[in-house]
Amino acid sequence: MKKPFAITLDVGSSLANLTGSWRTERPVYLDRLPPCNATCAAGEDIQQWLFHAEEGAYETAWRVLMHDNPLPAVMGRVCYHPCESACNRGRLDESVGINSVERFLGDQALKEGWQIAPGADTGKRVMVVGSGPAGLSAAYHLRRLGHAVTVFEAQSAAGGMMRYGIPQYRLPRDVLDGEIARIVDMGVELRVDAEVSDLVATMQADGFDACFLGVGAQIGRRAYIPAGDANRITDAVSVLHGMAGDDKPLLGRRVVVYGGGNTAVDVARTARRLGAEESIIVYRRTADKMPAHAGEVEEAVEEGVKLKWLTTIKAAESETITVEKMELDDAGFPQPTGEFEVMPADSVVLALGQDVDTQMLEGLDLEMEHGSVKVDAGMMTDHAGVFAGGDMVDGERTVTVAIGHGKKAARAIDAWLRGTVYQVAPKNELATYERLNTWYYSDAEKTVRPVLDLIRRQSTFDEVRGGLDEGNALYEARRCLSCGNCFECDTCYGVCPDNAVIKLGPGKRFRFNYDYCKGCGLCVAECPCGAIKMVPEAV
Amino acid sequence: MKTSHIKFYQTGTYTVGNRLLSDADRSVQSTMERTNSLNSGHRACQGCGEALGARYAIDAAMRATGNRLIAANATGCLEVFSTPYPETSWQIPWIHSLFGNTAAVATGVAAALKVQGRDNTRVVAQGGDGGTTDIGFGCLSGMFERNDDVLYICYDNEAYMNTGVQRSSATPPAARTATTQAVGRSPGNVFGQGKNVPLIAMAHEIPYVATASVADVRDLEDKVTKAMAISGARYVHILVPCPLGWGSAPHDTIKLARLAIESGLFPVFEAEHGEITGRRHIRRQVPVEDYLRPQKRFAHLFKPVLQTDRLAALQAVADRNIRRFDLLEREDQV
Ligand SMILES: Cc1cc2nc3c(=O)[nH]c(=O)nc-3n(C[C@H](O)[C@H](O)[C@H](O)COP(=O)(O)OP(=O)(O)OC[C@H]3O[C@@H](n4cnc5c(N)ncnc54)[C@H](O)[C@@H]3O)c2cc1C
Ligand SMILES: Cc1ncc(C[n+]2csc(CCOP(=O)(O)OP(=O)(O)O)c2C)c(N)n1
Ligand code: SF4
Ligand code: SF4
Ligand SMILES: [Mg+2]
Repeated sequence: MKKPFAITLDVGSSLANLTGSWRTERPVYLDRLPPCNATCAAGEDIQQWLFHAEEGAYETAWRVLMHDNPLPAVMGRVCYHPCESACNRGRLDESVGINSVERFLGDQALKEGWQIAPGADTGKRVMVVGSGPAGLSAAYHLRRLGHAVTVFEAQSAAGGMMRYGIPQYRLPRDVLDGEIARIVDMGVELRVDAEVSDLVATMQADGFDACFLGVGAQIGRRAYIPAGDANRITDAVSVLHGMAGDDKPLLGRRVVVYGGGNTAVDVARTARRLGAEESIIVYRRTADKMPAHAGEVEEAVEEGVKLKWLTTIKAAESETITVEKMELDDAGFPQPTGEFEVMPADSVVLALGQDVDTQMLEGLDLEMEHGSVKVDAGMMTDHAGVFAGGDMVDGERTVTVAIGHGKKAARAIDAWLRGTVYQVAPKNELATYERLNTWYYSDAEKTVRPVLDLIRRQSTFDEVRGGLDEGNALYEARRCLSCGNCFECDTCYGVCPDNAVIKLGPGKRFRFNYDYCKGCGLCVAECPCGAIKMVPEAV
Repeated sequence: MKTSHIKFYQTGTYTVGNRLLSDADRSVQSTMERTNSLNSGHRACQGCGEALGARYAIDAAMRATGNRLIAANATGCLEVFSTPYPETSWQIPWIHSLFGNTAAVATGVAAALKVQGRDNTRVVAQGGDGGTTDIGFGCLSGMFERNDDVLYICYDNEAYMNTGVQRSSATPPAARTATTQAVGRSPGNVFGQGKNVPLIAMAHEIPYVATASVADVRDLEDKVTKAMAISGARYVHILVPCPLGWGSAPHDTIKLARLAIESGLFPVFEAEHGEITGRRHIRRQVPVEDYLRPQKRFAHLFKPVLQTDRLAALQAVADRNIRRFDLLEREDQV
């Protein structure tokens, strides 16, 4: 080829120059574990379902959520959402309203009638005892895995404490019914009024291959209080249980609730709604020691519930009780002072916690520990093929934990039925706040859920907290920082001075072209969510 | 600057892309179709701000002109690292001028296109701060004064990097360079010298002058795009940190550009016909120290003893910029 004057070589491209050879470290993409996911006891992949919700793809978001939790509309109301306390955005302005978006998705699913298909039939049959959140979760996940499931429930309706404990003003029953119906529609056989008294016999008679126990902790703890009229002392579980029937409990005008947990608060608020003029929580320690959640206590106080700290009940007489003042010792424990006081009270409700009913378990001879049934890492008791979870095993007693147990047990039962051992996938490293480049996020405040008019709340059992509408649910979802997980913001793709980041297209993320990546680390430094890290090059 | 008004709660518009935006609202750099005008395999240092800034600017100009663009390039790192004979990283028609005459060469190209009747092909000239503010300054001023139809882009890394970091008239006070060593009673570059070429360009009353940086790609693209919609002489001055010359970590290039802006040391604004028409407000103000500390060229301000008076003098420079260019957002402007 004839070349112009003074030109001796053909034009070449710099692509011939593989500058990747300069590199001593290489960037790699990774998924880190967002703090919200890390704290969710139901093991939800929160960041992932928020990712879909951000696009307005609510059904996809809901399906990702349903991978772990069959009761989002319930959880969006009753979960104590530790995820929000852990949320990284909390350090920037205010945490993402995860729980309210969850509720929005759950309600949307009920409204639209979205369903979940069961897995391909395995021919195995599993028995589930108890239809609380633990049992329902186990049944749901076992159906997804293709096993036939029969749930035995002693009561005449399913739901456990979600029906017979948690008051309606926090969890409307149509929501609970809707989510249970969806599980039943997957082909779960639900037998109500079917108390299991002899587990081994039932299992054998019906030919079950495995069993999950989720019988909860049903027995209200009593304290000895000398009483002239013992009828006036009752326990929280029975009172709340009574709310499910037509004959509402009769508590009188002045109700004293004894205890400091969430159940105490629920009973006190319920008493107000039943018409009590005075509803007083008596607790032997101080406010800050109260195990009840601050938000619930706050709402109770707004509704007129009174609190009496550092006080124990000594005796109950007709129409009055005698209480003793306590004071904290140096170690922070309440000690009696010998100062007594008489208070008017038409009834006393004990809310001192619940114990596991071990009667039904006697024939099995299961190993117990601190009043709970002992289980291994895969939720199996020391009786092969019998698994357990929820309130009856050791751990925090919440709906969320129960759902997580049910899921884990279902996966372990599935493995056990296949003759293998369930292996929990190793967790990714945590996406701590320090991993984020928060410059890239703009500022936005959390949407506050509307709170029902105070007056209406005191006299009726209507739901206290409203939900998000589509507009603010989308807003809330988009506040997520996507901690540790690529959200396709194109920043790495943009900031590479060597075009060594290849964009693979929507939903497909990116890839490094190590032929040209010089290892400057700009992508790692600028990635907003910490989804890239540098690793030393092998030499 | 339409893109900066869209408020996405998750990401704002600070990220390069945003999957929640419509295609039309996305930045050039976020698209799979960007031209990568400056291709891989160039020999710029790791984390080079100039290579990055050049791709940002030229890709945006390419989109704005429907890929009908010719570039003239002054001698300097950008030219040297992209075109060791016979290789080139440029995926656009590109001509290397001399160190000091790029503006004149670009003027000539524009004139030739005009004579040929090829009005739809546009011309950019580009060079470093040395080539622009010092040796090429006469040609540049002529190009402005004649209002030639050229967009001149200066990639300002605040010294003559290609020949080993010598001081230019864009080198900031106190900075150590090969010719302003950190020795003697006032180590580093002297205070009170140098020139502000964006303001000088404005004094020519040309249609458009803007400053930008590699820390805000949307702002940079918007300005280049706007410049390409205007005919006549235009000037865009882009701050491009240089890890080698500044003694900074390659992964800090964008962060340093950001801190230069957030401290007030590098004002980002735009002007039309000699009047300032817009500024990019400081979002999270930082003291100049935050910007200076990570750079070895300023190490003598912190070691062996903290030079509080010099830091105060540099802070005063920033404070003056903030006042002069109105860089803080006031309540009534929100
Ligand atoms: C008043 C109250 C309010 C609460 N509020 C909240 C809240 O807001 N958020 C939260 O996360 N947690 C809350 N909890 C705790 C939560 O309800 C429990 O941790 C959770 O329900 C435990 O689930 P489970 O499935 O283990 O047991 P349960 O929900 O107790 O369900 C056990 C089921 O097993 C059945 N059963 C028992 N024995 C047998 C048998 N032999 N045969 C057949 N069936 C049997 C029972 O009838 C029952 O339906 C609250 C608890 C109470 C009491
Ligand atoms: C007339 C002339 N003098 C000196 C040089 C040597 N030279 C080449 S590049 C350069 C410095 C370029 O500095 P700048 O314009 O700031 O660009 P940078 O390399 O910093 O990007 C010099 C002095 C030259 N090429 N021509
Ligand atoms: S910002 Fe999003 S991903 Fe991060 S912790 Fe909060 S909800 Fe989870
Ligand atoms: S010396 Fe500076 S401007 Fe030149 S290639 Fe290296 S980083 Fe880029
Ligand atoms: Mg330079």
